[in-house]
Amino acid sequence: MSEIQTGDYYTRHFSPGPSDDTLIINMGPQHPSTHGVLRIIVELDGEYILRCEPVLGYVHRMHEHMGETKSYTQYLPNMGRVDYLHALAWNWAWCGAVEKLAGIEVPERAQYIRVLTTELNRISSHLLWWGAYILDLGAFSPILYAFQDREIIMDLLQIPTGSRLTYCYFRFGGVSADLSDAFLAGLKDFVPYLRGRLPMYRDLVTDNVILRKRCEGIGHFSPELCRRYGATGPVARGSGIDYDVRRAEPYSIYDRFDWEVPVLEAGDAMSRYLIRLAEIEQSLKIIEQALATIPSGDFIAKGAPKPKWAPPRGETYFAVEGARGKIGVWLVSDGTKTPYRVKLRAPGYCNLSLFAEAAQGVLLADAVSILGSLDLVIPEIDR
Amino acid sequence: MLQTEIIVPAELVRLVLGIVALAAFVGANAIVLVWLERKVAGHIQRRPGPFEVGPYGLLQTAADAAKLIGKQLTMPAGADAFLFWLAPILAFLPVFVLFMPIPFGENLYSLDMDLGLVLILAYAGFGVLSLCLAGWSSHNKWGLLGAARAVSQSVAYEIPLLLAVLAIAFMTGSFNLQAITEGQGPWPWQWNVAVQPLAFFIYFACALAETNRAPFDLPEAESELTAGFHTEYSGMGFGLFFLAEYANMIVVSSVATVLFLGGWQGPVFSGWWWFLAKVYALILAMMWFRWTYPRVRFDQLLNLNWKWFIPLGLANLLVTVAVV
Amino acid sequence: MTLFKEFQSALKGLWSLAVGLKVTGREFARPQLTVHYPRKVVDNIVTYRGHIELVGKPKEPAVPKCITCMMCATVCPSGCISIKKFPPPKVAPAAEGEEAKPKAKPVKTPKAFNLNYNTCSLCGLCVQNCPVDSLRFSTDVYLAGVSRADFEYDLMARLAAQAEAVAKAKAPAEATAGAKPGEGGE
Ligand code: SF4
Ligand code: SF4
Repeated sequence: MSEIQTGDYYTRHFSPGPSDDTLIINMGPQHPSTHGVLRIIVELDGEYILRCEPVLGYVHRMHEHMGETKSYTQYLPNMGRVDYLHALAWNWAWCGAVEKLAGIEVPERAQYIRVLTTELNRISSHLLWWGAYILDLGAFSPILYAFQDREIIMDLLQIPTGSRLTYCYFRFGGVSADLSDAFLAGLKDFVPYLRGRLPMYRDLVTDNVILRKRCEGIGHFSPELCRRYGATGPVARGSGIDYDVRRAEPYSIYDRFDWEVPVLEAGDAMSRYLIRLAEIEQSLKIIEQALATIPSGDFIAKGAPKPKWAPPRGETYFAVEGARGKIGVWLVSDGTKTPYRVKLRAPGYCNLSLFAEAAQGVLLADAVSILGSLDLVIPEIDR
Repeated sequence: MLQTEIIVPAELVRLVLGIVALAAFVGANAIVLVWLERKVAGHIQRRPGPFEVGPYGLLQTAADAAKLIGKQLTMPAGADAFLFWLAPILAFLPVFVLFMPIPFGENLYSLDMDLGLVLILAYAGFGVLSLCLAGWSSHNKWGLLGAARAVSQSVAYEIPLLLAVLAIAFMTGSFNLQAITEGQGPWPWQWNVAVQPLAFFIYFACALAETNRAPFDLPEAESELTAGFHTEYSGMGFGLFFLAEYANMIVVSSVATVLFLGGWQGPVFSGWWWFLAKVYALILAMMWFRWTYPRVRFDQLLNLNWKWFIPLGLANLLVTVAVV
Repeated sequence: MTLFKEFQSALKGLWSLAVGLKVTGREFARPQLTVHYPRKVVDNIVTYRGHIELVGKPKEPAVPKCITCMMCATVCPSGCISIKKFPPPKVAPAAEGEEAKPKAKPVKTPKAFNLNYNTCSLCGLCVQNCPVDSLRFSTDVYLAGVSRADFEYDLMARLAAQAEAVAKAKAPAEATAGAKPGEGGE
C-alpha cells in the first residue's frame, strides 16, 4: 500500500502536520460549496481546520495568452467569459484600456449606457452571490427568490446585448447597440421594484438569527491582512478600507452621480454580506440618476476603430470596479494588430489569497461561510 | 394488559396484521411525503414542483423509486461490505417497531403496551447506529465526519427529548400511549400542548434534530460535507436512507400527536382521520422550516442543546413534578 | 441580569425565525412564476441573439446581400464562418484571334456560406462589421442536437428555405383577404 504513491503533486507536497491524528482532506474540486472547480486541501483536527491551501488552475483557459494572439477587437468576447457574473465590468476594463491607449473619445450617451448596464449587471452579480451564499449556509429558497429578480435583469440586459450571461456589448468608443425605449422603461420600473423586494430579503435572511450566528464574527479580516494580499471590492470595504475604484480613480462619469461607498469596520462575513446588499441599493441609486439625465446622441464614436485597426505603440493600465473588486487590465502595444502583452488583474485571485490565513483554526462550516463571503468566481481566478 | 399470561392468539393476529398494514402505510406515506415535500418546496419557491408524471406529479416519486431500484449498487473500494450494506437496512427496519405501539385510532393499534413510550424511545436510538455505521464503513472522510456529527447530535438531543416526554409521562402517570391519548380531551385546550407548551416546543425542536431535518440537518449538510454519511451510497442504498428519513418524520410527528395533540381525538368525529391530519400538519411545518432556514453550525447546535434545551427541559420537568 | 438579557435575545431570535416563516408562507400562497417549457415559451425571444443567418436581397429573398468581402470570416474571433466564392469568371481564351469578350462580371454572391455554431461565441462582431448588412441574428433559442454536425449550418440553404416559407405564407394570405400575413414565417 505504501509503495503506491497516492494523491497528486499538491497532496504529496502538503506536508503532514506535527500530529498524527489529523485528517487531510480535499475540499473540491467537486465540492458543492466551492462554486465550480476550486480545490482546497485542508488539514482537520476534528472539525477544526488547522491549515488549508487552495489549489487553483482547474479552469485555466489562457485568457491572457489569447489576448496576445488575437486582434484587439477579437479579444472582446473573451472578456465576458473571464468573469461571467459581471461580464460588463470586464468588457469595460478592456475597452477602457484600449481607449486610453489610443486616446479614443467615448460619446456622452455611450458613457451613460455603460454606467446603466454595468450597474445593472453588478446588481445581478450581487443577487446571485446572495442566493448562492445563503445556499452555502443551508437555506434553499432565497436563491430562487434572488433568481426571480435576477431574471428581470437578464431580460432587460438581453434587449441591448442580445445575450443573458456572457455579454459582449462594449466596443472601442462606445457600445454595440443603442438602448431601446423598452429597455429604459423596463429599467425605470425595475428600480422601485427591487427596492420593494429588499425588505423581504432582510426579513427572510439578513435578520434571521441562524444566519446572523453563522456570519457575525466569522472570518475576521483585518485591514492589514487585506492590504497585504491586495484584497479589493466588498472584501476590503467590509474590513474598513474605503476603496472603490469608481470613487478613488474616477473613470467615465461616475463622479457626476451622488452615491456612497458603503464601508463597514467589522471585517467579518456579516459585514461583507451587508456591504453587498448596500451596494445593490447604491447601484440602484446610480441607475436612477443616470436614467434621469441620459442624453441623446451617438452610442458609439464616429471614428470608432475598425476591426483591423492597430493602436499606437505604448502601454497602459486601466482599472474598473467590478462586483468582486478591482479589475485591472495592463496592455502593451507594439503598434501591430495584436497586443504585445495583456495582463488581467482578477480581484477574486487576491481575495482568495486571504482565505488560507483567515481559515486557520475555524470550523469546517465556518470555512464554507468564509469562502462564500469572498464571492469567488473560479473562472475569473484561473483566467 | 395481560402481562403475566401467554399472549392470546388474537393479539398475535393483530400484531402480524399490524406489521403488514404498517409496512404498507409507511411505504405509501413516505412516497406521498416525498412528493409533498417537493411540492411544498416548489410552491414556496414559486415553481410548480413535480407535475409531469401522473396527475399533479403524484407518480413522480414512484417513478423515482423505480429508477433508484434499477440503479447499480456501488461500493467504494476499501469499504467494509457487511456493515456498508447493513447500515441502510438498519436505518429502515426499526421504524416498524416504532410504529407498533402508536394508537392511530381508538382501536387502531398493533400492540397495546404499557411501556409503549419506552419502546419507542429505545428503538429510536437505532437510527443513529445506522448513520454511524454508514459513515464509518464507507471509507470516505466526508462520510466519517458526517457519522461523527450524527452520533454526537443524536446522543445529545435524546436527553431533552426524554425530558420533554417524561414531563408528559409524569403528568398522565402512564407510559401507555393509548392511556396518554385518552387522558386528553377532544378540544385543543384539553390537549397536553396547552398545559405543556414548553415541553412541546422542546420536543419538536429535538425531533427535528433527531430526524436530521433542517435547520439541524448537519450529518448530511450538502454544502459542508458533500452528502455526509450517505455520500457513497447509490441506488436503493441511498433510497433506504431517504425513506427512513421520511418514515422517521412520521414517527416523531405521530408521537407528538399522541403526547401533545390529543391523538386521534378531535372536536367532531373523533377517529384516525384526526390523527392523520395532525401528523400531516406537523410534517408540513417541518417542511416549511426546511425551506426557510439556513443550517446552524455544529457547535451552535450542541450549545443550543446543552445550554437551552436541557436546562429548560429539566426546569419544566421539575415544575411538572412539583405540580403533580 | 445577564440571564434576562440572554432570554431576551433568544426570544428576539425566535421572533426573527417566525418572520422568516411568514415570508416563505406568503410566497407559498403567491402564484407560480415559471414557464412550463415544452408547452409554453418565454415571451422575450425576439430580443435574443442566436446564431447568425443571412439576409436576403429585398427583391430576391433567396439570394443573400452578401458580396463575399470576407470581412465577417476575418473578424470572427472563433473562425467559425467559412465562405466559398464562385470562381472568378474565366477570361475567354484570346487564341482564336478575336477580340477578348468584355469580361463577365464576377459573381459576388457566395457559393457557400457555412457557420460552425459549435465555436461561435455570439459576440456580434460579424454582424456589426458586415458592410452590406447581409448578416443578422436569428432567434433560435431551443436548439438541441446529438452531434457536432447538427450545429454546422448551411446558411445559404437556410435562407432559401426561409424565403420559400415566406412566399408560401404570402400566397394564401393574398388569396384569403382576412388571413394575417407573416404567419409561419420560419
Ligand atoms: S457572432 Fe462572433 S463568433 Fe459568432 S460568427 Fe459572428 S463573429 Fe464569429
Ligand atoms: S461581411 Fe457581409 S458581405 Fe462580407 S462576406 Fe460577410 S456576410 Fe458577406
